Amino acid sequence: MNLYIFLTIVVCGIVTILSRVVPFLLVKRFELPALVIKFLSFMPITIMTALMFENLLVAKTGHLPLFDWQNVLATIPAVIAAIISKSLLIVVVVGIIAMAVIRYFNFG
Amino acid sequence: MNSELTFKAGVKDVVPTLFGYIGVGIAFGIIGHTSHLSILMIAFMSFWVYAGSAQFIIANMILVHDPISAIAISTFLVNSRMILMATTLAQYFRKDSILNNIGIGILTTDETFALAMNKLNRTKQHLTARWQHAANLLAYLIWILATIVGAWIGSLISSPEKFGLDFALVAMFIGLVYLQLITDKTKGFRTQLLVMLFVVICLYFSMAVMSANIAVLFSTILGCAFGMVIDK
Repeated sequence: MNLYIFLTIVVCGIVTILSRVVPFLLVKRFELPALVIKFLSFMPITIMTALMFENLLVAKTGHLPLFDWQNVLATIPAVIAAIISKSLLIVVVVGIIAMAVIRYFNFG
Repeated sequence: MNSELTFKAGVKDVVPTLFGYIGVGIAFGIIGHTSHLSILMIAFMSFWVYAGSAQFIIANMILVHDPISAIAISTFLVNSRMILMATTLAQYFRKDSILNNIGIGILTTDETFALAMNKLNRTKQHLTARWQHAANLLAYLIWILATIVGAWIGSLISSPEKFGLDFALVAMFIGLVYLQLITDKTKGFRTQLLVMLFVVICLYFSMAVMSANIAVLFSTILGCAFGMVIDK
């Protein structure tokens, strides 16, 4: 059992390391075509949007996802904090406090 | 965040994202504990795999005794977006040594990637290895510590989510997306908003037919293609 857990972690670690390092080695060695660079230039906004929005949804296999209303509610003060402060730290702190308040009063 | 690219600036810039690591790290430690993983194994997984969402899935699959090959494939799929992020980030370190590239690649996460993309907007599209190492190493260290603390908390309390810490990750992405939106001058504000809207719609519908992680990857790729088409 313990060997199984250990081996699983070792193998998964190698898989993860390869996914992260191989692109660095390839990009260092070869010039990327302009079209690929243009494609990748949209990566930051697309992946961040996808990761953020995924957290507002609850997956339901075979059906459209549901909204995680607590997260959606807490998003509102976090977005307002972002617009006003333009500071990552303030957004995170406001978000945590908002979520604690929402859970305390059982909103959503 | 300013235009400085020293090691010290890297440490300073990464601080706000650390809340995300702490929140999710503690959550992972607790889940790991309830999945009957020892603190040693939880710490080892954070040290060796170092990938938030993959670690949750690995812990879950270990619990139900899935074969190692299946767990490895799931890990690859969950982490496949790292290939895209690493390819994007690597362009800024081509002049650095192989060892620096490996060091940066091995510790690239969603958060440090996003942070680096934000930083680029303030440094005239330029990054340094020492700035990236500082951000990466601190995030890595905090992640390992947070998961260990989580495993310990897991043995003490039953519902840590009431403190709202788990929302730190979402809040962090909200902040990062917003900062990206207003500071990335290489693309128009309207173009970026359209791309965001496209990704949101795409993710919503694709999550009905594929797992959330694959849906994120799928929407990201379609979103980039969409961006190329509308940004003439």
